[in-house]
Amino acid sequence: MQLELAATDGQITPHAETGDSPLAIRGLTVSYGQKPAVFSVDMTVFAGSMTAIIGPNGAGKSTLLKAALGIIKPLSGRVTVFGQPVEDQRHRIAYVPQRASVDWDFPTRVLDVVMMGLYRELGLLGRVRAKHRAAALECLERVGMVEFAERQIGQLSGGQQQRVFLARALAQDADLYLLDEPFAGVDAATEKAIISVLHTLKSQGKTVVAVHHDLSTVRDYFDRVFLINTNRVAEGTVESTFITENLQSAYGGRLAVAQMDKLSGITG
Amino acid sequence: MLRDAFLLGLGYNAALVAIGAALLGIAAGVTGTFLFLRKRALVSDAISHATLPGVGLAFIAMVMLGGDGRNLVGLMVGSALSAWVGLLCVSWLTQKTRLAEDAAIGAVLSVFFGFGIVLLTAIQTMSSGRQAGLEGFLLGSTAGMLWADALIIAIGGAAVLALVLLLRRPMSLVAFDPEYAASTGMNVSRMDLSMMGLVMAVTVVGLKVVGLILIVALLIIPPVTARFWSNRTDHVVLLAGALGGFSGYAGAAISASAPALPTGPIIVLVSFCLFLVSLFVAPNRGVLAAVLRHLRFQREVHLRQGLLALAQGQPIYEKLTIRLLKRAGLARADGVATENGRARAAKALLDEKRWEIVRSDPLQEAAAAQYDGLTDISLVLTQDQIKDVDARLIQPRMVPS
Repeated sequence: MQLELAATDGQITPHAETGDSPLAIRGLTVSYGQKPAVFSVDMTVFAGSMTAIIGPNGAGKSTLLKAALGIIKPLSGRVTVFGQPVEDQRHRIAYVPQRASVDWDFPTRVLDVVMMGLYRELGLLGRVRAKHRAAALECLERVGMVEFAERQIGQLSGGQQQRVFLARALAQDADLYLLDEPFAGVDAATEKAIISVLHTLKSQGKTVVAVHHDLSTVRDYFDRVFLINTNRVAEGTVESTFITENLQSAYGGRLAVAQMDKLSGITG
Repeated sequence: MLRDAFLLGLGYNAALVAIGAALLGIAAGVTGTFLFLRKRALVSDAISHATLPGVGLAFIAMVMLGGDGRNLVGLMVGSALSAWVGLLCVSWLTQKTRLAEDAAIGAVLSVFFGFGIVLLTAIQTMSSGRQAGLEGFLLGSTAGMLWADALIIAIGGAAVLALVLLLRRPMSLVAFDPEYAASTGMNVSRMDLSMMGLVMAVTVVGLKVVGLILIVALLIIPPVTARFWSNRTDHVVLLAGALGGFSGYAGAAISASAPALPTGPIIVLVSFCLFLVSLFVAPNRGVLAAVLRHLRFQREVHLRQGLLALAQGQPIYEKLTIRLLKRAGLARADGVATENGRARAAKALLDEKRWEIVRSDPLQEAAAAQYDGLTDISLVLTQDQIKDVDARLIQPRMVPS
């Protein structure tokens, strides 16, 4: 273990043991062309935590998440999920992609999208039975979208689309939830609905990791933060890690000092 | 004559062609839907043109081995192999180089087709005195269709349909949300290749009936037509199959009803007619529906603006507005409000002021988002909420300045 860590750019992390961590990343480098978007990043997500991945635009937040899931092939690095290779733990992971990543004019209804979360259970030819329908409807209920079940997805507002995506992830009944910018461009009601669902998941012992862009809500929503700017800047509890010094090194000159002090709750 | 044709009364060959074309149309419509939903419709063009060198090479190989160069199964195997090579070229160029897919398609399509034409020309000079008839594969030639040929189409089409049924969930998932599909452990590029493989199978099966140049139409037009009529993936798939099947059958029947009507092109034209009708008359997505929707919206906007102008005593310049107000009995031709018009105008103005209150209240963000200048506020807020708004509407005036 020590040797392996030494190999990852000589960076010894405080959480040397990956153990049974819901998501442990070691020495992950992802590159588009010749420019690494994520370079030699280590990350250890604590079980039952709610972790925000934060950093400036283009810092590699989404890329980190996608590479951890194997959606993008990393150049190097190792990812384990609950102590096992990702491939063996797919059934315990639910991913909520960015809303803008799909074509919302696709001919499908809200309920059909949520049903996609049950495809693993349904298999290739399994019939959709009443219990599957009921499960999908229950997930819609949890995000407050049950009355939209029969709607075409193109008729939804941005916030509603995001909630449908969350409902699809809920249908997977996973232990680790990975969300890419779930609050981007949604209305206040949706933001409230989503955060309440996420907090419920946490109270059920599930682990939540979300790429987050709104620094002003980090303290209210999350208990751990992971700061990234191509490299890992810092990782830990919100109290110890979401501080001016770390924000400064992650964002550089892009945030005014006064802004940072306010955000990290440190004055003077 | 046409009636006989539709009832398969024009002889053995015509009936065979009609049934074969219908089966091909179903398989092409169903398979093409997934290609269309994945927004890769043009790849089918590259696949189909890439079959040509295979046809030529298979012919040469079979002749050199002393067999009959026109053996349909042999030609189909050859065309499938070269289509597969073409398909791999397109995906390799797209994934490993900086070429965009459209450029890759253009390059592969023309090069393979050119090479195929060279081979066909060479074959014509090579086997002098012996008509190879390979150019029939360009636009289809059904004249000499045999029972065995029809059987091959039927079996091929059925096999494709069975595979589509098996892969329908992963294929629709990849078409809608490839990233999510990958997160569940699905190999997206392998799924894409499977889909292309099915398209290739349809193409190869269809070479005899519609030819490689026109098969693209059968893969694309029925799904596009079906999309006009439904918002559900499974319905679009089934409908595309039905439309494709009908086009195949009707096209073959029409072409059999008169001499000098080529089967493949007629099938494509029938399919296009269905598309044209759908384009105009389909509810919601059709052109006519869109125009009507726009006109209705325009009327609503004019009426609303007219009422607000009446309420505030402003002159109305737009002739359309006055005409609409007059027709609704709300104003006279000279723009003066009627009794009814004054009441409606006052109500419109009141609602507008209520909206103003709602929209300036950060707590009512959700309701405020529904403001579009037309929506009746009583559809958004409850009676009690409207009362609260009204209370605030009056308040400022009651506070002495």
